[in-house]
Amino acid sequence: MDIDLKILRYDPESDRKGHWEYYTVEADPEERILDLLHKIKWFEDGTLSFRRSCAHGVCGSDAMVVNGENMLACQVLVKEVSNPITIEPIRGLPVVKDLIVDMDPFFDSYKKIMPYLINENEPGERERLQSPEERDKIEDTTKCILCAACTTSCPVFWTADSYIGPAAIVNAHRFIYDSRDEGSKQRLEILKDVNGAFRCRTAFNCTSACPRGIQVTKAIEDVKRETLLNN
Amino acid sequence: MKIIKHSFDGVIVGAGGAGLRAAIEAAPHMKLAVITKLYPTRSHTGAAQGGMSAALANVEEDNWNWHAFDTVKGSDYLADQPAVDILCKEAIDAVIELEHWGLPFSRLENGKIAQRRFGGHTVKEGEAPAFRACYAADRTGHMILQTLYQKCVSMGVEFFDEFQVLDIKIEDGVCKGVIAFELSTGDIHIFETRAVTFATGGFGKIFKVSSNAHSLTGDGPGILYQKGIPLEDMEFYQFHPTGIYRLGILLSEAARGEGGILRNKDGERFMERYAPSIKDLAPRDMVSRAIATEISKGNGAGPQNDYVYLDLTHLGAETINKKLPDITDFVRTYVKIEPINEPIPVQPTAHYAMGGIPTDVNGRVLSDEKNTILPGVYAAGEAACVSVHGANRLGTNSLLDIMVFGKRAGQSMLEYVSKTKASSISDSSSDDLVKKINNLIEKEHTDEFSVGRIRNDLQESMEKNTKIFRTEETLSEQTKILEDLRERYENVTIFDKGKVFNTELMETIELDYLLDMSESTVASALARKESRGAHSRQDFPERDDADWMKHSFAFKNGNSATLRYKDVELGKYEPMERKY
Repeated sequence: MDIDLKILRYDPESDRKGHWEYYTVEADPEERILDLLHKIKWFEDGTLSFRRSCAHGVCGSDAMVVNGENMLACQVLVKEVSNPITIEPIRGLPVVKDLIVDMDPFFDSYKKIMPYLINENEPGERERLQSPEERDKIEDTTKCILCAACTTSCPVFWTADSYIGPAAIVNAHRFIYDSRDEGSKQRLEILKDVNGAFRCRTAFNCTSACPRGIQVTKAIEDVKRETLLNN
Repeated sequence: MKIIKHSFDGVIVGAGGAGLRAAIEAAPHMKLAVITKLYPTRSHTGAAQGGMSAALANVEEDNWNWHAFDTVKGSDYLADQPAVDILCKEAIDAVIELEHWGLPFSRLENGKIAQRRFGGHTVKEGEAPAFRACYAADRTGHMILQTLYQKCVSMGVEFFDEFQVLDIKIEDGVCKGVIAFELSTGDIHIFETRAVTFATGGFGKIFKVSSNAHSLTGDGPGILYQKGIPLEDMEFYQFHPTGIYRLGILLSEAARGEGGILRNKDGERFMERYAPSIKDLAPRDMVSRAIATEISKGNGAGPQNDYVYLDLTHLGAETINKKLPDITDFVRTYVKIEPINEPIPVQPTAHYAMGGIPTDVNGRVLSDEKNTILPGVYAAGEAACVSVHGANRLGTNSLLDIMVFGKRAGQSMLEYVSKTKASSISDSSSDDLVKKINNLIEKEHTDEFSVGRIRNDLQESMEKNTKIFRTEETLSEQTKILEDLRERYENVTIFDKGKVFNTELMETIELDYLLDMSESTVASALARKESRGAHSRQDFPERDDADWMKHSFAFKNGNSATLRYKDVELGKYEPMERKY
């Protein structure tokens, strides 16, 4: 079947602002949106630029806005979206070229929450013990692949890019609720900031955008509660 | 195009498991740069699923010697046994170290790291399947990649994200630096350095149906191969038995470790005929051949009789949701069936390169079959060939390999840097490369010579002629096709003339490496007149220990390869018939 695509393009070397370009490609209903982008790039217009790597939803490279919603282009099939398909870069981060945005501000926020295990005690020669119940508390938030689909779906982030954003809070959650970690106090101090967790207005966009099915808004609420308890 | 110069003591190319592990070892003691064409967390280590083996004995009695026995037998006796001993002995500390850095392993009731069964891993040298694979649900690789990156962030490791390394400069046999291309600007960066580790991963994109990421194009092996460094054991490429039909997306062996069963169109558990004792948990080469054989005998399912079923329906929703959540989600997303109730259509998928850049057990790159060391150059992970996997890698041993030999490569870099002086690289060292890129961009674009078309033809022909079963005829046919593809590549043209994120230019350069990987693979496969591990010659169906207990070294020779050989290092395990 023929699929029509409408893609927001921007070339910093020749365009002053973004413009729409239209393509028609032949595709099976079972193909991924990423496959359509590849058909254009490989056989029609080599200038179309986007990030991708694993092509099955685990590397987090190809978050984009498809028919108005954030998703991974490799995780959605042609038959699941309506024709014509509109594709735009994720919002709230500077567009560099076509569907590629500058990810540095996103990773800077991630690094702010000290995303690593903090524990000064000598762990001994064998593994630290952790019960299955303790481990379960971080089951959801350890799934994050840092694709930015959540953060760039957040209306607060669109208007205030100083907001640390859902992804950073999810990763803080992953350590705050890890029974082996002792850095909660420092992290909660950071998240108490004016640009921290309390900027969240529970719009739930992040939860619906997460390609890993993480309960992002719930994780943010957990962190808000910890912050209050910590005071 | 701007040219920017940097000076470092050491550079690591690639930020997957092996590169990051090497960085953790080296970064505290030297000025180190890690260069990656992706962001580190996008690396394909993150797609590994089932586990990382180590004889922790958390579930039952275990011993690293049994792990070594299984690895050697699984390799069809082509692995170097002293290297396998190191791998299996150091496995235990490698797992503990990851736990200490925060890796959220799944846990047993007593709080220890959980372990599961996996293909080819047994207790007491073949007695029964062993609980040896340490895991975090079915996203163990994701957790390893995240944990290693987190550790690097805590240490302040310096990364150059989205930089593609294009060349290494070796003068008088000594490493001087690498040249990289910054994707976001098109600028060229000269990294002056005396130690380089290549940890660029595999090259599964030489095949059409593959579990590999688009970025896995053999860049590190390709760069060195073009400099006259040989590639070892390239004929041994692993096809994983259970890729999602047509898409090739990996469905972990953990599915069978947890009790999943392979069935043909009649519902028969056919592995009982091929490996009577461990059945569905036989090593991957045997299971993939069994599937291909079933399909060729007309026992495949579907309208074209070209797949088999992976049946998980008897495992129950709880086990599936708890232990195999990601892979069953892939099935729901891409096949639109519910694996709790329905069997999954699968076919073998190109998965892992046993071969690659030859190294010793300390990650030092060897420049020939006589073990001559190339000073200052190291390799680790799938890009390298130590060799611990021989002719067929056991499941979970790749995650082990990146940890054990990534660390060792980092240590070797340190040792080398501490006893050598910094040397300089000339500002003109990127001139030839700049010229090559400019030529590519200036050539007028034609459809016939587009990257997409040439690569498509490469992947389809490699799939058809060199996959699970090979013959003199198919390999000779592929040799001719590769000559034609190489000729077309010499005239390749690109559409995108810009500097910013010219990903078409990057794909063009990657295609050069894919052609190198294909040429060396086919030449090595054509020369090896026996069947061993993943290399199955229908015209030479037996293993031939008298003539072929040796590693192949392919040296680039125009568009083909010259082959030389090195004897396998044996140890306590005598080669025997491989039955399971």
